[in-house]
Amino acid sequence: MMTESEKQNIQRDFKERMDEDELLNCMRCGFCLPSCPTYIVSGYKESQSPRGRIALMKAVYDGVLQPDDEFEKSLNLCLGCRACEPVCPSGVNYGHLLEEARDIINQNKKHSLPVRAVRNVVFKQLFPKKNNLINITSLVGFYQKSGLQKAARKIGFMKLFPDHLREMEKILPDVLERKTLKQRSEYFPPKGEKKATVAFFSGCLMDTLFLETNHATIQLLQKAGCEIVIPKTQACCGALHGHSGEKELAKELAKQNIEAFGKNEVDYIITNAGGCGAFLIEYDHLLKDDPQWSERAEKFVAKIKDITSILYELDFHKQFRLSLPEQVVTYQDSCHLRNVMKTSKAPRELLRSIKGVTFTEMENADSCCGSAGIYNIVEPKTSMEILDQKMEKMKKTSATTIVTANPGCFMQMKLGIEREGLKDVKAVHIVDLLLEAAK
Amino acid sequence: MIAPDIKREFINIVGEENFEDSEVERLVYSYDATPNFQSIPDAVVSPRNTEEVSKILQLCNENKIPIVPRGSGTNLCAGTCPVEGGIVLLFKHMNKILEIDEENLTVTCQPGVITLDLIHAVEQKGLFYPPDPSSMKISTIGGNINENSGGLRGLKYGVTRDYVLGLEAVLPNGEIVRTGGKLAKDVAGYDLTRLFIGSEGTLGVITEATLKLIPLPESKKTMLALFQDLEAAARSVSKIIANKVIPATLEFLDQPTLKVVEDYSQIGLPTDVQAVLLIEQDGTPENVSKDMKVMEEICRSENAVSVQIAQSEEEAEALRTARRTALSALARLAPTTILEDATVPRSEIAKMVKAINEIAAKHNVKICTFGHAGDGNLHPTCTTDIRKKDEMERVEKAFAEIFAKAIELGGTITGEHGVGAMKAPYLEWKLGKSGIDVMKSIKAALDPNNIMNPGKLFAKDTRKRVVISK
Repeated sequence: MMTESEKQNIQRDFKERMDEDELLNCMRCGFCLPSCPTYIVSGYKESQSPRGRIALMKAVYDGVLQPDDEFEKSLNLCLGCRACEPVCPSGVNYGHLLEEARDIINQNKKHSLPVRAVRNVVFKQLFPKKNNLINITSLVGFYQKSGLQKAARKIGFMKLFPDHLREMEKILPDVLERKTLKQRSEYFPPKGEKKATVAFFSGCLMDTLFLETNHATIQLLQKAGCEIVIPKTQACCGALHGHSGEKELAKELAKQNIEAFGKNEVDYIITNAGGCGAFLIEYDHLLKDDPQWSERAEKFVAKIKDITSILYELDFHKQFRLSLPEQVVTYQDSCHLRNVMKTSKAPRELLRSIKGVTFTEMENADSCCGSAGIYNIVEPKTSMEILDQKMEKMKKTSATTIVTANPGCFMQMKLGIEREGLKDVKAVHIVDLLLEAAK
Repeated sequence: MIAPDIKREFINIVGEENFEDSEVERLVYSYDATPNFQSIPDAVVSPRNTEEVSKILQLCNENKIPIVPRGSGTNLCAGTCPVEGGIVLLFKHMNKILEIDEENLTVTCQPGVITLDLIHAVEQKGLFYPPDPSSMKISTIGGNINENSGGLRGLKYGVTRDYVLGLEAVLPNGEIVRTGGKLAKDVAGYDLTRLFIGSEGTLGVITEATLKLIPLPESKKTMLALFQDLEAAARSVSKIIANKVIPATLEFLDQPTLKVVEDYSQIGLPTDVQAVLLIEQDGTPENVSKDMKVMEEICRSENAVSVQIAQSEEEAEALRTARRTALSALARLAPTTILEDATVPRSEIAKMVKAINEIAAKHNVKICTFGHAGDGNLHPTCTTDIRKKDEMERVEKAFAEIFAKAIELGGTITGEHGVGAMKAPYLEWKLGKSGIDVMKSIKAALDPNNIMNPGKLFAKDTRKRVVISK
């Protein structure tokens, strides 16, 4: 429960910090409603729509509404997928409003002790500090390889966890050994003629749980003619922090990354996770009020590009004869790759160019799968409702391969396959599929 | 506030989950798409069927609780803003298409069906439901009927009114009436169907509608004509109609509107011309080609700098979609966009466009104009800032003059957006006192306790008529 003083402080900070012009920019036409997954899944509740949420934020700003638990819940239930932004004719930056509002609420709320402890571990110990993340990933690896996983499943240990966490345990990817990461070079030469110099943003989850996909990304970039540097001092992108009301921590990470990537003259900074890319590409907004950093942030932002965009632009799909065994393939957009990085054509064109692949567009592929960062852990009910609807659409395509472009979506698709018991269907990150096709 | 015992009765009717009265749930139904109107209802109720609607109305009637029926809240006249509190009635459970009758060419549906969903459903059967308000992706059929919505296809195919054959409606006393039917002809008594159409939720609650369908046209072509002279574009519109060509769509956009629409849609619209006409014709391929040729020649005779036909359906759809975003896209220019839909006879469209520009200059306000030029229905839109008091006063004066000018030209204060709370002070300008009195007596006969959407249509005071110096 929000206390009286928390409510007052939140209200005061709304008045001080929320962007009034942005709030007024929403003219309440409702064009966003059909694009909002929570509006649809809630049975058309205005309080779970972008228009409704902006109206609530504005009401708190105007002093018409005192913030309460229900207000916070409405904002918490937002996936932050930002599907409302491309369809907004007025151009409201909903994502920025949401981020600011969540930060205000979080900074003014006294969390319970266990929540505080978890937040401290996740936001301050785990994600900003790669070594800690590597260590914990190694533990997962140990858990999988030592036989502990088998044993835990056998004795029913996992039954102690809620359903959705139990299902998630099953879909954890097999982890590579830690030395594979520690031994990775910071420089990779292009294969063949050099076409571009790029820096690779390796991420934290991608560089631990999904290390193999990162290796594949590097190989693809080399094949496409890129000289690659991987700055060692780079940090977590900060998306998790930014979306969870830890804006100051996100800013620190942003500065660290701008510094790390400023050391080499490169044409592009490449990401292979839509969620990270979208956060990186908005560092200019994050640091806009910091005169020392705003200009550097703008330069950094101009270089951010998704792996699929650069491959497509460098004609990778024409340069190599991509082929795979006959299969029907569909693609689930990463919301942030599509709605923030505006990348949706390149991945599809790359997939269409693979011989043996029949590409079938999934209905509502542009709509969120319910993964949304840690949403599927903190809001399991809504997340699973959205996932179930997604899997219905997926089944209609008769695809045996679901391609994704972001680790969260990839895990969620695996979870969907597991829940539906689809034995012949696999989920794959686009990079891994492309490398397989190029071999 | 709703008294606890009455709240219990509401819950008995609709169930716990369909009665909301928390601050958050009430706030999000305090507005629609009309700027500067907000008023918080006492509760939000979502009935599941006609019987529940009937019981709700009886309960409200006994206790004199205002009711505001609301579709998706996209209307532009503050028609669904609960200005006198009470309950907001939602139709999220009553959103089924009940029947598509291919023998009688009708569709029967509940009020909560989304307009575009209905259009798609009937098109799959080769049938056509023409009314296409710009908000059709969001708006509901119930909302369309209550506002008598128009759209881009209005000039050839008419508006919502022309497609409603029959209704089921609940009166304020809870009685359920059925009007009309699947009939091409029906003169049995007063036309109650038409009475409810455009009644803005002030007479009762529509719970079911039977709509007329027509065969889907064989083919369609889309054309964009560019002009360097605003009035030449408007003259082309009047000339096309005078030449006995009725296109399916004849839309007008001025340069500032073009700029913001292109800014949003990024489809390569020209932004270096003063105005464009978006023209469409449908029908048999021969007739379409013939009409397009006539219209092209008319535009060229008015010095159109370019007349081009869209090369594919995708290109045409992109143009139509872009046009539909015009109002919301104008919100990019300023914090507040106030739009009107003064409508004049089609022969007067050039005069009206000229007058709007003169009035804007006189009051020093920025007005962008777009709209359904082909049916005389313009949408002059003022981009302003609600926080600037003196500017808002000038905006109001400008719009009062625009209304007066429209009436002087034989037009009306609203073509398709409705009166609601926003234009109520001007209604008498159009209807005169006797017209208002007739409407008030109809209202009193059906809704003696004034529970249905009070504060709409009829204003406490009529705005003083501005005098235009000629």
